[in-house]
Amino acid sequence: MRRLGLGPGGGIAGVVLAVLVLAVIAAPLYAPQNPYNLASLSLLDSLDPPSFLRGGIGQFPLGTDAQGRDVLSAILYGARLSFMVGALAVALAAAIGVPVGLAAGLAGGALDAVLMRLADAQLAVPAMLIALLADGVARVLLPRSWLDGAGVAILIAAIGLARWPQFARLMRTAAHLEGQRDYVAAARLVGIKPLVITLDHILPNVLAPALVLFALSLGLAVIDEATLSFLGVGLPPTRPSLGTLIRVGSDYLLSGEWWLVLFPALALAIPVLLANLLGDAIRERLGPRVRARP
Amino acid sequence: MTIARLVLWRLLQAVPVLLLVAALAFALEMVAGDPVTASLGPDATAAQRAAAVAQLGLDDPLPLRYLRFVGAALRGDLGVSTRLARPVGGLIAERLPATVELAGVAFVLSLAIGIGGGAYAAVRRRARSTRLLLLASLFGVSLPTFLTGTLLILIFAATLRVLPSFGRGEVVALGGWTTGLLTGSGWAALVLPALTLAAFQSALLLRLVRDGMIVALDSEFVRFARARGLSHGVVLRHALANALTPVVAAAAVQLGTLVAFSVVTETVFQWPGLGQLLVESVATADEPVIAAYLMLVALLFVAINLAADLLCLAIDPRLRVAPAGGA
Repeated sequence: MRRLGLGPGGGIAGVVLAVLVLAVIAAPLYAPQNPYNLASLSLLDSLDPPSFLRGGIGQFPLGTDAQGRDVLSAILYGARLSFMVGALAVALAAAIGVPVGLAAGLAGGALDAVLMRLADAQLAVPAMLIALLADGVARVLLPRSWLDGAGVAILIAAIGLARWPQFARLMRTAAHLEGQRDYVAAARLVGIKPLVITLDHILPNVLAPALVLFALSLGLAVIDEATLSFLGVGLPPTRPSLGTLIRVGSDYLLSGEWWLVLFPALALAIPVLLANLLGDAIRERLGPRVRARP
Repeated sequence: MTIARLVLWRLLQAVPVLLLVAALAFALEMVAGDPVTASLGPDATAAQRAAAVAQLGLDDPLPLRYLRFVGAALRGDLGVSTRLARPVGGLIAERLPATVELAGVAFVLSLAIGIGGGAYAAVRRRARSTRLLLLASLFGVSLPTFLTGTLLILIFAATLRVLPSFGRGEVVALGGWTTGLLTGSGWAALVLPALTLAAFQSALLLRLVRDGMIVALDSEFVRFARARGLSHGVVLRHALANALTPVVAAAAVQLGTLVAFSVVTETVFQWPGLGQLLVESVATADEPVIAAYLMLVALLFVAINLAADLLCLAIDPRLRVAPAGGA
């Protein structure tokens, strides 16, 4: 970490975050319960408090929900879903934004103007709102019977579509500058095809900032997912993500079952705080050129 | 470029974007809407349906129908909600006051906390209270809005039981507008939602103001003002004025974020505003409402960005010399 120059705070945040992510990915290996397996749940265990409180059972360290589901297991599986949706959504955003940015930056002219006008128009609206509207459009266009199965796909598509302009903007600037270098002119003179020049010569040289933006966007995409699920237009309660857990749990806020909200909330807040600390450190290191936006 | 020409140019640039968004909304209506069944019911005969198709102009060419759709939208005719069976325009007008009051109070609150806190953090740079303030701002920037709101409910409504956690309280009708700002319960209901919505903004502004203020306090003109023997308060006022220029621009742009996240805040606190309407409509695939929101959001953000640009021009005369480019 010191060799990356992230400083002590960024380094610690990075290491802890990496451990957390690995722990969540490996959750099925050690989680006390499979929360999707309804047969393993017993209503007799419903709404048990955490095991360190009076009335809690050692079997359920963080208590249980109304269906008798172990909250710790639900959080581990939910975080897995949240992280997966976030990562795939950013991958989609990059898959759209990088080619668009390369095309705009290298071709210039009318194509550049149209693509970037589009990106700017979308950038003016916060990504969360775009994702919510995209979600709504998908729900209108897809047949009702698809919605349950396609929930995850819709969510990934909505968040990915909301975040592509940032990649496009970044790649456009980088590709535009790179396209004027001598080695590109030389490659053109030798007669190498434009597509080959773009993919083999220019792309490797502009990929670094895209990777940084990718990393910075992950935390924001996870928040997008959690927000949409919290609003009730993301993942269903049968396959809860962290946002869904917090939404379901918030129904019990006033009746005293606080563990249903607080633990999922911490499970979301801690990785996001760590990601922000790490992001600040990376930005400090690289200068303000790359910046993810909420 | 004069300001009038800039405004005109920007509005012209916005027209294609707005038309594109309207086309998307129109496509949504084409795919999902069934105006014939909506007006005749499912039991109509084929002849009745054909007559209705002709009367509604559904067999006209697409571009003509698109123009008619845009024309209707411009007159405020946004269709009828499939979920609530009421005109969308009326629904939006009814929900508007709640959202405007929430966003307005949150905006003022975020300015007050952001500028006040930022100036304090810059002047008393090493105080323990400043460290606390900066830590709080880190949370404010990092925590998603719905989590801030849920945690505030957990603390103030569920545990301490001092503030309500849902609704608008008592509202008073003033003509077509309903306001909660004239009743005690209205203000009490507003506290937690407004704090939630202002949390991210105020934390962001606080950091901006602090950075700008630190630079200003270290600059030549402040040292000179001190050397002239100006009082501490006057010096601070000069420094703050200089630090605020970029902040005003940021605050204006942030107004858009405020609108977006009022959607989340309204859902957390069951606040009967535009955001709650949008979320309910997305959840139930209420196509005319979603189509109306697409256009409403596009229009709103064109207006906000234009206002932000004009504000920047008004504060920083240097920008007026060179033509302002970009979007």
